[in-house]
Amino acid sequence: MVKLGVLCSGGKDSIFAAYRAMQKEEVSCLISVVSRNEESYMFHTPNVPLVALQAEAAGLPLVSVDTAGEKEKELEDLRDALERARERYGIEGVVSGAIMSVYQASRLQQICRDMDLWCFNPLWYTDQDEYMGSLVREGFSIIITGVFSEPFDESWLGRRIDDRAIAELGAIAERYRITLTGEGGEFETFALDAPFFERRIVVRKSSVRYRNFRGVYMIEEAELEER
Amino acid sequence: MILCLDLSYRPGSLALEEFAYPIAAIVRKAGEEAKIVHYTGVGSSIPPGTDAVILCGTALKDTGYLDRPELFCWLPEAPVPVLGICAGMQVISAVHGGETEAGYEIGITDIEVIRPDPLFSGKDRFQAYELHTLACMPPPGFLTLAASDTCVQAIRHPKKAVYGIMFHPEVRNEWVVERFLRMGRS
Repeated sequence: MVKLGVLCSGGKDSIFAAYRAMQKEEVSCLISVVSRNEESYMFHTPNVPLVALQAEAAGLPLVSVDTAGEKEKELEDLRDALERARERYGIEGVVSGAIMSVYQASRLQQICRDMDLWCFNPLWYTDQDEYMGSLVREGFSIIITGVFSEPFDESWLGRRIDDRAIAELGAIAERYRITLTGEGGEFETFALDAPFFERRIVVRKSSVRYRNFRGVYMIEEAELEER
Repeated sequence: MILCLDLSYRPGSLALEEFAYPIAAIVRKAGEEAKIVHYTGVGSSIPPGTDAVILCGTALKDTGYLDRPELFCWLPEAPVPVLGICAGMQVISAVHGGETEAGYEIGITDIEVIRPDPLFSGKDRFQAYELHTLACMPPPGFLTLAASDTCVQAIRHPKKAVYGIMFHPEVRNEWVVERFLRMGRS
């Protein structure tokens, strides 16, 4: 078994990648890079600080670093995070939820090569219909926490991804030529529950900022609850 | 049936989804049946009903497939078209007497087609996604079809439809796999 750290933004793809990694290898920790730049090239930003709650829900330690989110500096900060994870938890490899982003994947691959770490991307060029369906079937609770393109209106913010939402996203994807998974950053998500969580996350207080097809659902207070 | 060989470090590994599934998906999208088998499970000959074989890539740190050449004893006599992708190209090269050497590329690279072949017809140059730390010196007699600034990117057996490509076609170059499959049909 390879000991792995999962690069985690809190969204559906990294949490699902963690789940797949656990089924085949040993996940030793989650790793998050908290960017102060909302336009981060590598790390999506809404609610990333709440990855700590996901780690607690999963019973996993978290290695978290802050970054100013400048294009190349944030890669150095990622390298620092991976080094810390290796020192503390002995990781031998890294897992990401990259689906189609050559920018993200190739930079992570490069860092892993430089650090002599394994690099796994179990969602790489996955069948997106099948993947979105499996999120629902396998018991993930995912909400939309950011929208950044037409035609997403405010009603999408905080909405849970269920079969009906996937059908609507499918129609939008076809009409607006975006991917079903929001791989181009058209929307962002947060995982409240996953099959490997011991407890689920419950949002107690939230706020919404929305204007002209761009908006975020900020989780202001959340706690863990027994299922 | 198109046999998609998983060259990863163990059957059912975490790399399976990343390297074999996307290739099998291209095969199925092209209307063919795809069967994924780990390379340790092939035996001395490929299964009956195989129309072509695709040897898939592996994680960057994974080169274990090169340590067990006897598991590819079926390859020189394979009666069907073969396409080796990245690690698969290294296997094809090694089995036919070629050498591997250090040579790494990660990310998008410019590729120049340097010899006419049906696999690349109509293309002089294209961009492709690379993920390798080893490069191939083509085996004796093999034709070099394409290259990047770093290394040979595509080779072909002089008489058979046995190809090796160093880039990963699932990223922006699905057409390479589709053309290979069409060759098998014709």
